[in-house]
Amino acid sequence: MSAQASLSVGARPPQPDLEGPPRHGGMRARRIMGDVVSHVFLAVMAVAWLVPVAWVAAESFNADPNPYTTTFFPTEYTFDNYIQLFTDTQVMNFGKMFLRTLLIAVAVCAISVFFVLSVSFCMSRLRFRLRKPFMNGALILGMFPGIMSVVAIYFILKAMGLTTSSSGTVAALIVVYAGGSGAAFYVMKGFMDTIPFSLDEAAILDGCTRWQVFTRIILPITKPMIVYQAIVGFMTPWLDFVLAKAICRTQDNYTVSLGLWQMLQMEYIGTWFARFAAGAVCVSVPIAILFVLMQRFYQSSMSGAVKG
Amino acid sequence: MTQTTSPVSAKERTPGKRRKPVAEQSPYSLGAALSLGDGYTKASAVIMGLGNIVRGQAAKGLLYLAVEAAFIWLLVTAGIPSLKGLGELGPVTKGSQEWTADGEFIFVSPTNSVEVLLFGIAWVAIVLLFVVFWTFAVRSAYKAEVLVAATGKAPTLSQDVKSLADARLYGTLMSLPTLGLAVFTVLPLVFMISMAFTSFDSDHTPAFNWVGLKNFGLVLSSSGSGDIGVNAKLFLSVLAWTLVWAFFATFLNFFLGMFMAMIILRAGTRFKSLWRVCFSMSIAVPQFVSLLAVNQMLQQQGIVNQLLTSWGWIDEALPFFSNTTWARVTVIVINLWIGIPYTIMQVTGILQNIPAETHEAAKIDGASWWERYIYVTMPYIFFVMTPYLITTFTANVNNFNVIYLLSNGDPPEVGQSAGKTDLLITWLYKLTVDKGNYNVGAVIGIFTFIVLAVVSLITYRSSGSYKNEEGFR
Repeated sequence: MSAQASLSVGARPPQPDLEGPPRHGGMRARRIMGDVVSHVFLAVMAVAWLVPVAWVAAESFNADPNPYTTTFFPTEYTFDNYIQLFTDTQVMNFGKMFLRTLLIAVAVCAISVFFVLSVSFCMSRLRFRLRKPFMNGALILGMFPGIMSVVAIYFILKAMGLTTSSSGTVAALIVVYAGGSGAAFYVMKGFMDTIPFSLDEAAILDGCTRWQVFTRIILPITKPMIVYQAIVGFMTPWLDFVLAKAICRTQDNYTVSLGLWQMLQMEYIGTWFARFAAGAVCVSVPIAILFVLMQRFYQSSMSGAVKG
Repeated sequence: MTQTTSPVSAKERTPGKRRKPVAEQSPYSLGAALSLGDGYTKASAVIMGLGNIVRGQAAKGLLYLAVEAAFIWLLVTAGIPSLKGLGELGPVTKGSQEWTADGEFIFVSPTNSVEVLLFGIAWVAIVLLFVVFWTFAVRSAYKAEVLVAATGKAPTLSQDVKSLADARLYGTLMSLPTLGLAVFTVLPLVFMISMAFTSFDSDHTPAFNWVGLKNFGLVLSSSGSGDIGVNAKLFLSVLAWTLVWAFFATFLNFFLGMFMAMIILRAGTRFKSLWRVCFSMSIAVPQFVSLLAVNQMLQQQGIVNQLLTSWGWIDEALPFFSNTTWARVTVIVINLWIGIPYTIMQVTGILQNIPAETHEAAKIDGASWWERYIYVTMPYIFFVMTPYLITTFTANVNNFNVIYLLSNGDPPEVGQSAGKTDLLITWLYKLTVDKGNYNVGAVIGIFTFIVLAVVSLITYRSSGSYKNEEGFR
């Protein structure tokens, strides 16, 4: 929050006006008008932004599981939806889906951090023949619609025998999410590019190998970006819907996003909507916290790699 | 959230003058090896590793030889049948029952063409990989020859291994990520592109065959295919809607987001961080959750229609997803809800980076608020944001989630495979995953790629940030 913002509107000291003859009275009235209009505008917009979120949160406590109610807020509140969501495992085992997604997320997080760090270090600090082709290739690959390869990925995993068993699909999702992560190196590379090359050169003169430059110099400086990357990797399996839907064909193998989607299908929605809302809250709260953390690390890393 | 900047601006801050290590052209190239190498080196092209063994690199040479032997053995036993299968994908197209010569009754199952095609393509990739490995072997033999001639000694295996952590660290670090990309990004793409030239639709499964460019003709012909529900008219209307959608989704988000960011940044605005938190709620909540929730709110019986009716504002439910215009406007507006927060974050960071002196100077020269906005702020924002806008446009053309989870392409059109709000990408998904018409889906995918590549190339090349990288430093 900036300094001006903490001053109240009326108490603002008159500011030097270079634009023309003094007409402070009119200017001030106009400024107050502007302030009122912009605050009203922001308030209306903020309501529009919060309504869907508030509605889902409110519905998660609704004793009536039907989605088509006539009042915005529930008429009767209960906590049962959350309890049922995790204990009523007859039709859908949400707890298991949650654990499965967590497992996938941890593995993807570790692998993708390693991949992205490796690739961006090579692209930023090392010079070799295939560097430019690799970068251009990654750019062109990004232009193909990702959905296009979804079906093909399913066939490949099927040929590998990873689509039938439950543990197989977990492995399949891990390799698919992590496997392609090497192409997403642009942000990390951009950050590493801001680290002065003189650091590397000095280290190499002192007898460091390139590997030591990587582990002892670049990695410690890159720490905020590593956290950022780790959170991105961790969030991928929670947010992905398309790949999971193509790969997990049976309900026993579902991840949380598929489970929540399933709850809104025609045959379930009448009884499961409140539990969908509860599940959505359970997923959204951790993701929102991680997102805020990620923002913070991203900002601190953007204020420059090496200070002073 | 005040300091958020795009990756672009981080790159911009790179010190202008920086000594870049220049990639040197290796003197041990394949051409040099085959023309200048001695007999042993040339023989290494046939018996890989021979040159290395002769120059005292026994372990390395044997490794090359072992890889060659393994490759040839695999090629003969598995590779050649797979590559042959690629020529004729589905020799047995229909399952049948036959009597063998011995009088036994057997069931002949149709060829699983998907597997034949997949293994064929994988083997093409393996052969290409081996060719690359072969060039390494020949060049290594030549290098050993040259080094022995010059210094009397070729590097030992342990020295070679050590160099993997130093001079050739890129080889160590890049191998796994590249393998991952090759198997889970490149291979699926090649596989899918090749499907565009086959007859792999719901009628031809599991056995199908090459049909050349027939599917491209199908999508672009005026009559099209009634079974699959594709024709040129539908393709053009989906393409047009995709471009309209991407245009509005990108630029409305950009201008409205910028407008809101500037209102929040106004000197008189209070509770700046509170507003920013409010507007980042729609990013923090997973997209599939918020989109599915909004979809429920806007149903015929949904809460919005219920409330409006009970307040007496409307007599019958608003046709959010059943009327074409309503549906199209709805998805664009809901996308604003998703997209504006991102723009606010980006623009806030950029606006705070505009050098204050520029504004001061313009003010002293007598520029009004509006003139400063048009001539100082906008050019700066456009300069920094152009790459971002192009990526956003691309992402919007491929914006599967918003359409699929929000409207699912509704309202549908009778006899056609795409609904009125379907983008190329959701159309592709419906054709392949839902209907099993992989060949036509692949054609749509290729067209989507062409559209994207053309749009991004043209805009990027004509943008200021491409022509003049140093522009605003």
